[in-house]
Amino acid sequence: MSTLTSNPTSNEGALRRFIRHLLYVMTDNPVTAIAFILFLLMIIAALFGPWLVPYNPLATDSSSTLQAPSWQHWFGTDHLGRDVFSRVVVATRLDLMIAVTAVAIAFIVGSALGAIAGFYGGWADRITGRLMDTIMAFPLFVLAMGIVAAAGNTIENIIYATAIINLPFYARMARTEVAVRRQAGYVQAARLSGNRDWRILAFQIFPNSLPPMMVQISLNMGWAILNAAGLSFIGLGVSPPTPEWGIMVAEGANYIVSGHWWLALFPGMALMLAVFTFNLLGDGLRDLVDPLRRT
Amino acid sequence: MAIMSRTRLVAWRVVQAVPVLIGIVIVSFLLTRALPGDPAAYFAGPAANAESIQQVRVSMGLDRPLPLQFISYVQDLLRGNLGTAISTGQPVIHELTTRLPASLELTGFALLFSMAIALPLGILAATRPNTWVDHLCRAVVTAGVSLPTFFTGLALIYVFYYLLGWAPSPMGRLDFLYFSPPKVTGFYVIDALIDRDLATARAALSQLLLPAITLGLFTLAPIARMTRAAMLQTLESEFIRTARAAGLPRRRVLFTYALRNAILPVITTLGMVFSFALGANVLVEQVFSWPGIGSYAVEALVVSDYASVQGFVLTMALLFVTLNLFIDVVYTLVDPRLSAEE
Amino acid sequence: MAIPLLDIRDLTVEFATRNGTVTAVKKVDIRINKGETLGIVGESGSGKSVTSYALLRILDRAGRIADGSIVFGGVDVGGADERTMSELRGREMSMIFQNPRAALNPIRAVGRQIEDVMIQHGLATRGNARGKAIKMLEAVRIREPEQRYHAYPFELSGGMCQRIVIAIALACRPQLLIADEPTTGLDVTTQKAVMDLIVELAAERQMATLLITHDLGLAASYCDRIVVMEKGEIVEAATVDELFANPQHPYTQRLMRATPRLDSQVADLLPVDDKRRASTERQPLGPPLLEVDALVKAFGSTKVSDTVKAVDNLSFTLHEGESLGLVGESGCGKSTTSAMIMRLLDPTSGALTFAGTDIAAISAKQFAHHPLRSKLQMVFQDPTDSLNPRWSARRSIEDPLRRLTHVNRQELNSRVSLLAERVGLPLHLLDRFPHQLSGGQKARVGIARAIALEPRLLILDEPTAALDVSVQAVVLNLLASLREQLNMSYLFISHDLNVVRLLCDRVMVMQAGQIVEEGPTDKLLSEPSHQYTRALLAAIPHPPAHANPNNISVATL
Repeated sequence: MSTLTSNPTSNEGALRRFIRHLLYVMTDNPVTAIAFILFLLMIIAALFGPWLVPYNPLATDSSSTLQAPSWQHWFGTDHLGRDVFSRVVVATRLDLMIAVTAVAIAFIVGSALGAIAGFYGGWADRITGRLMDTIMAFPLFVLAMGIVAAAGNTIENIIYATAIINLPFYARMARTEVAVRRQAGYVQAARLSGNRDWRILAFQIFPNSLPPMMVQISLNMGWAILNAAGLSFIGLGVSPPTPEWGIMVAEGANYIVSGHWWLALFPGMALMLAVFTFNLLGDGLRDLVDPLRRT
Repeated sequence: MAIMSRTRLVAWRVVQAVPVLIGIVIVSFLLTRALPGDPAAYFAGPAANAESIQQVRVSMGLDRPLPLQFISYVQDLLRGNLGTAISTGQPVIHELTTRLPASLELTGFALLFSMAIALPLGILAATRPNTWVDHLCRAVVTAGVSLPTFFTGLALIYVFYYLLGWAPSPMGRLDFLYFSPPKVTGFYVIDALIDRDLATARAALSQLLLPAITLGLFTLAPIARMTRAAMLQTLESEFIRTARAAGLPRRRVLFTYALRNAILPVITTLGMVFSFALGANVLVEQVFSWPGIGSYAVEALVVSDYASVQGFVLTMALLFVTLNLFIDVVYTLVDPRLSAEE
Repeated sequence: MAIPLLDIRDLTVEFATRNGTVTAVKKVDIRINKGETLGIVGESGSGKSVTSYALLRILDRAGRIADGSIVFGGVDVGGADERTMSELRGREMSMIFQNPRAALNPIRAVGRQIEDVMIQHGLATRGNARGKAIKMLEAVRIREPEQRYHAYPFELSGGMCQRIVIAIALACRPQLLIADEPTTGLDVTTQKAVMDLIVELAAERQMATLLITHDLGLAASYCDRIVVMEKGEIVEAATVDELFANPQHPYTQRLMRATPRLDSQVADLLPVDDKRRASTERQPLGPPLLEVDALVKAFGSTKVSDTVKAVDNLSFTLHEGESLGLVGESGCGKSTTSAMIMRLLDPTSGALTFAGTDIAAISAKQFAHHPLRSKLQMVFQDPTDSLNPRWSARRSIEDPLRRLTHVNRQELNSRVSLLAERVGLPLHLLDRFPHQLSGGQKARVGIARAIALEPRLLILDEPTAALDVSVQAVVLNLLASLREQLNMSYLFISHDLNVVRLLCDRVMVMQAGQIVEEGPTDKLLSEPSHQYTRALLAAIPHPPAHANPNNISVATL
């Protein structure tokens, strides 16, 4: 009887347990806490950026070009008199959107391919393996350049290219993580309990492979942002008036040698902070999803 | 589980690179032909009219079926024909080969620089886990990988060229005051040294320093991180305890026993590091106006010079495969356990 | 009495952990004389290994000697500097470890590893080290030492690797050898060979030995004196004869009782007044339940010449209500056999008739949802590995019920509670995750899951191999009781003849994929006919029989 009554309460407590665990992970490692706060700020900037900024990020003002940072323009103005602060904040949405979409595609497709290859082995494994080898045979940024150049210079193609070059990481990781667990005792036990293959893969093996993959997602997010920004820095993808960190640094680059540092510095810092956040977030995320760390 | 001899194993590694090479050729072919839009229009360039597009179509055989196109594509590749660069009118292969040494010099120097720093840093952090040395190392390394290379490059230019005036103007491999040294290796610093022209060697080195540091900072993180992780894991393993229990001194345990084992996973990550480095190389060349194949590709992109871009992608892939093959062979020679596999 | 070679007084070792300081060893006193063999016996977490690490000062970074003194041959080890210590280690006292393959540098030729130590301690020069290393390989009875000198650890068997570790440890003729579970993980015949070698070399060199083990039988067979440790403290120290004749401490008594001896019944492992003792009545045999006929499993390439037959033409019959043992050393094919009978692996050829149906004809994939699936279940070797780390105990136990029966939530809960009661798992532990449970509790969860569907045949694949002996005693009794209550048949697979014997009416001995001998348990043990069975039996270390096992049960638990 006691189990009957305790069950709903234990479900109710799950959320509270999670929050308690989140707080524990945060306080255990201050770096993780900082990363989570930065991440939250980025999300806010991405969602509400356009309403929060003091100036229209596209509005030019020929009377105040190339002004150094001041109270009026926190990050200064660019060669067309646009407010750098507003442009940096508004750009968050586009940069994050590209990275999130690309990593999401890469994660879903890659981990599905890898999990199937790792679970079934044989031909499925060999074909995915060869495919991933071929992608990995290119220096990845160069492959992305090639894809965008060939498929056309659009934001969607930047996303696809970034997704493709991230694919092998997830595929390979999912493959090894699944393969090492394929013969685990609890997987054998699940077979004896009458679970079909897909159930075993979905409920037994995959959830246990997630913690290491979460770290990879987090690192890849940072890397995807860098990639997308790099592509727009060399003139691929996003085209000029649109505020985007990579293109802003590229525009600012011409003014570095004349001492107008703020044009490139602030978007560059934003870029760095975003990547830094995701890199730090990795360890925290792993602690969060790893049941062994729960107490 | 048959044990293979070392030479056969190395030969086997080389053979294994063949399907990858085939994959590269197929992908680069697909990138040029099997895409939406008219490839002939791509190759003719943005300034072409209908007549010249048709001319390109026939001359490149784009009106024939895909398998036939693939065969002639491979034949062209074997002859070293990568098409003609629209901007210069020169064969793409010529442009690439003349510019390749510049890129190699930059990347090679950067990798040496980053390994020289990352390996000791990783070892230092691993021998003192969770101390301030370790935390500092992690902070530096994470910051390094978080910095976009093009941004680091600009920051270095601003500080060392604009503010301090220590670095020469970030324009190319050699200041216009100097003549490029007679070509032996294609690497200016080395060629100048061979020529016993110390002034030129110095000038070339000072031009090389900032871009190489920029690139090196970026590749620092993966090497240091991997070194630390591998070293930590090795130091915790049981054979280290055996070595300590047998009274071997700390230095010997650390270097002969731990480091030689820990270096193996580091060698395997070098492949990834090369991938990073070759990619970031494009951006660094762009920032420092370095006349390598990266900046050539970017210029070609701007004018939609399609043949050049494809030639560049192919060259980079071949370079990367060669490097990876080299790593594999080294690994095969270093790790005795590999001979038991396959 | 002469001055002892090693004199440990009041040794206390602490570890700094996330949850504060943990005392792993508390006020331990140990003395060893020249040439003496002392055993430290204890279960996991008793602090026996930590004591030995402290002795050599090779504790992990987090650990430190908090109190007490260690004096070895007149040198104060606790206060010595690192240089003195490296001279002591390997030269005056050295150590061999559990898991010998991992204890060797994987990418250095084994001969070189022996040389390193000899050169370090000045017993050899670069010029003559090689010859001396080869002599050392000979001394530990390695055949073809010149060739083996160049071998890497991965090319050698576990027993061979342990001989190399011994060679490294003894290369400089130390006065004290510390052997930390030197034979755990090795087959029982290899265990005997390794232990005999250690004892022989120790006697030859008049070396003192400190044997650290969880196995009271092993310690009794090879030691002069035994120290029993529990939770970081020494609970009893005595000579072997005294200890077995008259164990003082309740823990020693419990441990002694739980260690199976050749004449003990399963109930004897637990004290007389323990409610968990199983009754020893054996059930009458019914009709055949499982008939295995000419079962073959071949691995390897499609070419016939390259195939290895892991299981070679195996046939036997298991009757309803019978408990059959399958014994063999690692690599003999017993696990492959169990995987095939469980229908987790498809046999190459042969028939498996279970309850009248040839289940070998049904592929492993289809069998997953076959009606007979629920009648054929298994208890796995490693209780930790066999539970999904993300699932609570309840979720693991109810999984087979959810998949293969149609019961509603309410019924499911009551069934799980009933199962937990059956296996003696407190109900409040049902909502815990595996990492929050002890080894014994995890084993119970695994057993509860296996019996959830009321199987007719349960395969026990080394169900106690990963457990301490005192937990093993409880689990074996539980399994014996459950068989009677639920009227199941068992196929008990193990490397340990002595454990299999406790539960089984009949035993089969397997070697290289084939059954070399089978027969009723008593007969097989008393009159083994095959020489392999005799070798297995001879290799089992036996604790000396004490006067009357029932005398010592008064103060237990």
